[in-house]
Amino acid sequence: MQKAEYLELYHQMVLIRLVEEKAAQLYQQDKIGGFLHLYIGQEAVSTGLISARQPQDRIITAYRDHGVAINCGISAKEVLAELLGKATGCSGGKGGSMHMADVEKNFWGGHAIVGAHLPIAAGLALGDTYQKKDAITVCMFGDGATNIGFFHEALNLSKVWKLPVLWVCENNQYGMGTAVERASAVSEIRQKALGYDMLNSRVDGMDLMAVRQAAQEAMAHVRSGQGPYLLEAITYRYRGHSMGDPERYRKADEVRRWQENDPIGIYRAYLTKKRLATKAELDRLDKQVGAEVLEATQFAEASPEPAPEALYEHIYADN
Amino acid sequence: MARITMREAISKALWEEMERDPNVFILGEEVGVWGGSYAITKGFFDHFGEERVRDTPIAEAAIVGAAIGAALTGLRPVAELMTINFAFAAMDHIVNEAAKLHYMFNGQFVLPLVIRTVSGGGRQLGATHSQTPDAIFAHFPGLKVVSPGTPEDAKGLLKSAIRSQDPVLFIEHATLYQVRGEVPEGDYLTPIGKSKVQRPGRDVTIVTYSKMLEVSTRAAEQLAQEGIEAEIVDLRSLRPLDMSPVLASFKKTNRAVIVEEGWGSFGVGSEVAARIYEQAFDYVDAPIRRVAQKEVPLPYNRALEQSALPQVEDVIAAVKEVL
Ligand SMILES: Cc1ncc(C[n+]2csc(CCOP(=O)(O)OP(=O)(O)O)c2C)c(N)n1
Ligand SMILES: [Mg+2]
Repeated sequence: MQKAEYLELYHQMVLIRLVEEKAAQLYQQDKIGGFLHLYIGQEAVSTGLISARQPQDRIITAYRDHGVAINCGISAKEVLAELLGKATGCSGGKGGSMHMADVEKNFWGGHAIVGAHLPIAAGLALGDTYQKKDAITVCMFGDGATNIGFFHEALNLSKVWKLPVLWVCENNQYGMGTAVERASAVSEIRQKALGYDMLNSRVDGMDLMAVRQAAQEAMAHVRSGQGPYLLEAITYRYRGHSMGDPERYRKADEVRRWQENDPIGIYRAYLTKKRLATKAELDRLDKQVGAEVLEATQFAEASPEPAPEALYEHIYADN
Repeated sequence: MARITMREAISKALWEEMERDPNVFILGEEVGVWGGSYAITKGFFDHFGEERVRDTPIAEAAIVGAAIGAALTGLRPVAELMTINFAFAAMDHIVNEAAKLHYMFNGQFVLPLVIRTVSGGGRQLGATHSQTPDAIFAHFPGLKVVSPGTPEDAKGLLKSAIRSQDPVLFIEHATLYQVRGEVPEGDYLTPIGKSKVQRPGRDVTIVTYSKMLEVSTRAAEQLAQEGIEAEIVDLRSLRPLDMSPVLASFKKTNRAVIVEEGWGSFGVGSEVAARIYEQAFDYVDAPIRRVAQKEVPLPYNRALEQSALPQVEDVIAAVKEVL
């Protein structure tokens, strides 16, 4: 990677963080409705992962999707506009926080029914294989999603049909308020791949470079036509499951301990240690991102609401 | 009698039934440590313990399936599906198992099972999380479907559901939990399969249930200021469907509007209207009107979503059409 690329990844992580902090504020001001699942703390997973994909590779994830959207190249403007339900949002204001997508950027969406997008990921990969395309599908999901049948059906199918899917479990320790070990027979999620005779590994999801490397290796395997792979990234969400989570299931202390291992902090240290950037440069970048988010917020707030007729648009694709 | 919220009424019914019968237990996502994602089971985990208030993995098919199995052994599980949108992930167990086993095995299998869940839109949760698909579940003989519109009925119906020998789908509404009403203390039972006149009137019959009872009541209050007296019949149970109070009211008013939150096609209104036409055709003075959700998946945007949901004005307009 060139220096500019290293800095671009830093830019993406900080952008996700600041966009989401802004989103939390907008939610408090009642400008965002519904659920708002923040990705803060997990930025390195999707940033590292998506940095390793090729443009033809498809990305699909669950409802905690703002960060993934940004990594796929959706602008902060379109993300914030979607959160405000505006016509300029990436789903035209009809999807909201949980349902962002941009097919041109090969981002096949945020999906809000836990686990439901895993079989769909298998189908995306089937489509590419069928059409002899050199593309893989990267499917992200939470630890909690590995307990629903959809997960098991999709993993099995992908193995039986040797589909080019990289399954990525973001193990952030909880599904809502339920700790992994209270809900899953194995707390090391990657072990679930063994039942499907699938290659797998585990990576520190707070370390961008480690995620990127693990993703590159896993993607090389998947791309080679040898079938799917399960990558488990160990990570943590700093905020509640959604806004208004009473967080009775964990102690502030635990959150603080994870925050000491902050993905942006780790990457900053990496960049300065490797002399890829000075602290001053990174501080300047932080400021730039701040300005970018401010501008994006103004754009989103000034954007028009969807037209009333939009209600009836896109119910069917046939005229 | 105490004036309490719908949330408190449901919570009380559950609590009292668990105190009364050690075979009653709860299972579902976030029912324990979290206290229920709508806070219905707050405090239950500490009081009743993890054996009786069981946090499950995210696995709707297993939640309903395991509840069926436990019910077959004589327990009285109350399974919670966080919202009715997730019931689709358990559809086979609800439809092919719960609704069939008693009949198919000639009465040998008995399933005293309750599935509590939450229906309804209006909270900007987007298309997958805002549905009111209640009518779908009322399609299946063998399953009972109830959906209270008042705190009093919520308590009485939930207690009856827990004591029922049959599988009962108990549908709550996400935006009714704060609604207050008088609720009798202690052992108060509302029979399943009994509709009820919630507001007397002479000019038109409004048939409705759940959240739309609130919307229809507001419409009736506004109509009253114009001298139009609407009688509101609350179905309370979708299956078995009790038409007697509906027909009695209709024979008096000769005009009906049916109000439901879900889509109108193949819906509650279609069913009720068909039965009125079949059973009281001679009393029809005007075409029956249905008020329902616009036929679109619900969008996130607040204004768009509200424009798709039935509003007080829609009910008023429909009433004026039939008068
Ligand atoms: C089928 C289904 N059941 C329940 C829910 C409610 N729900 C939304 S997110 C969630 C927890 C998911 O946890 P996990 O997969 O670990 O993802 P995380 O939120 O930690 O990113 C639950 C139970 C849902 N959306 N879909
Ligand atoms: Mg999780």
